[in-house]
Amino acid sequence: MIETVVTIDLMVEEELRIKKNHLAPDFPKGDEKRICIVSGIYGDELQGQYICYEVIRRIKLDYGSLSGIVDIYPSVNPMGLDSRSREIPGSDMDMNVLFPGSKSGALGEYTASCVFDDIKGADCCIDLHSSNMYIQEIPQVRINDEYVDELLRYAKFLNTDMVWIHPSTSVLNGSLAYSLNQVGVRTMVIESGVANSINQEYCNKIVDGLFALMSDMGIWKGKSAPAGKCRIIKDSDISYINSESSGIFIPEKKVYDMVKKGDELGTIVDVITGSIEEIIKASEAGMICSIRSYPVIEEGSLIARIIGGDYNE
Amino acid sequence: MNKEVIFSMNTALRGEYNIHGYSYGSGDRAACIVGAMRGNEYQQLYICSLLAQKLADIEAQGDIVSGKEIFVVPTLNYSSMNSGKTKWISDDSDINRSFPGNPKGPATSRIAAALLERVKDYSYGIQFASFYLKGESIPHIRMMETGKESTSLANLFGMPYVLTGMNRAFDQVTLNYNWQKLGTEAFSVYSRTTDKIDELSANLAVSSVLRFLTRMGIIRYDCHGGYISSILKEQELVSAKATEAGFFRRIVDINAEVKRGQVLGQIINPMDGKVKADIIAPTDGITFYVQDAPMVFQNVVAYKIIRRIHK
Repeated sequence: MIETVVTIDLMVEEELRIKKNHLAPDFPKGDEKRICIVSGIYGDELQGQYICYEVIRRIKLDYGSLSGIVDIYPSVNPMGLDSRSREIPGSDMDMNVLFPGSKSGALGEYTASCVFDDIKGADCCIDLHSSNMYIQEIPQVRINDEYVDELLRYAKFLNTDMVWIHPSTSVLNGSLAYSLNQVGVRTMVIESGVANSINQEYCNKIVDGLFALMSDMGIWKGKSAPAGKCRIIKDSDISYINSESSGIFIPEKKVYDMVKKGDELGTIVDVITGSIEEIIKASEAGMICSIRSYPVIEEGSLIARIIGGDYNE
Repeated sequence: MNKEVIFSMNTALRGEYNIHGYSYGSGDRAACIVGAMRGNEYQQLYICSLLAQKLADIEAQGDIVSGKEIFVVPTLNYSSMNSGKTKWISDDSDINRSFPGNPKGPATSRIAAALLERVKDYSYGIQFASFYLKGESIPHIRMMETGKESTSLANLFGMPYVLTGMNRAFDQVTLNYNWQKLGTEAFSVYSRTTDKIDELSANLAVSSVLRFLTRMGIIRYDCHGGYISSILKEQELVSAKATEAGFFRRIVDINAEVKRGQVLGQIINPMDGKVKADIIAPTDGITFYVQDAPMVFQNVVAYKIIRRIHK
């Protein structure tokens, strides 16, 4: 059942509507577990669009196997998605610092508050993200180290290549994930791919993971694939490689490539002089989990992340 | 006055990017003033330019107290100003959400780290900041409630109001918060406008800083005593919201005394010109903030009012 979580008049003619698809068993007993799947906090992150579609499609194919409640919020920043804007258009606010929001706040805080209140009380929430336009990421769950014991059990079902336990902005104070965890809704962030595009292979992996999680929670009685091998990563397992020059990045490697310390990851070139400004090398051995997607580089730009530890074997 | 480069980097296509700081007087690191961090903070850069002129005159007259240094960083983000962007030109990150920064991180994080390293030892830190809501506000000093804030010191600026605010999620990555954490008495000076020049409030901001520097024994400067500031808590400001969307007709300006139930503004239907809604004052008081957009969304905060206060 399609429900409208919040409606706000826009300035000329249109309305902003945040909708959810509320999927529940035909004959609920009243004690069903509830999972919320949220996407589109950033208007340029599109992986969640496909994932939401695919989760709903698979449930509808075998609706009788639904034994719990699945609330899907595909676009919580619909204007951002429509206008290809990462932030909330108009105010230019990052929606993922506004939670839990405020009913007396401006548009962003108000809508954040309505979404937050609607999710409150759920047993689990998955906040679907892509990477931004600059970095390509392998599928990964990001969880807050504050709730690691409770979240890790869920995260392992999600069929991503890694679970990264860290205090990033996507799980910090003001984010949907942090705010929901504060009120007892166990919430995880999934990142994958790159902004402004959909990687179906990654998305389908994540959809399989969502069904595995729903099976474990007693929300889904239908078929679900077992989750693949997943590495638990801490900040100390990851090497960041930032550029020390500016120019255009020409990559030599891609995500999932295994590298040895000193291997060439790519070059930064000066397009006016035709010279190589910097050869980017792996600072550690391991697997590339993130690599620069947008080629224009300035000093300090993140070029790659490499997971060492178990991957270095 | 001495000019120095506090941060330098090469860019892909725009050549070298240097952030400059200017010191007046020499000796103990007494006060540091930081201007525009975003590309739309024209008023904040303008205030810095007026202040620079005043400080140069004061220094030339020998009126910076011996053994005291004042350091001014007018802008950290001039490329965004040149290209009409608000945030960092290449990746839309926000310098004032990047503190304490990382010298090995991305550009805005490097800038934040370099700035904080250079300005951390000053006794007093002053930032010309822009209000988080787009619009106009009464000039004021804002301090975060970190437990280390001193409203009595803030009073010495002689601004009409001192506003203290609880930490919002994003405050912990701002300059002001990190300055305070490192032991500097940090103040944010808010002027009336951000993306357009308002001479009156720009001059008020300059006077308030010079008054503060005088009272802290850093400069010798005869100036008006200013206001005895009213101390407010940010959460005590009452919002008057637009219950409809459309053209926003401002009827009442900022710093006006209003009565509960008074019509402050109107929302006009852009199609037929009819009044869709009045924006009503929910309390007696003084208007502190007003929206300045030509059109507003439904539920937008159009006014903020200081409750039950008279001029």
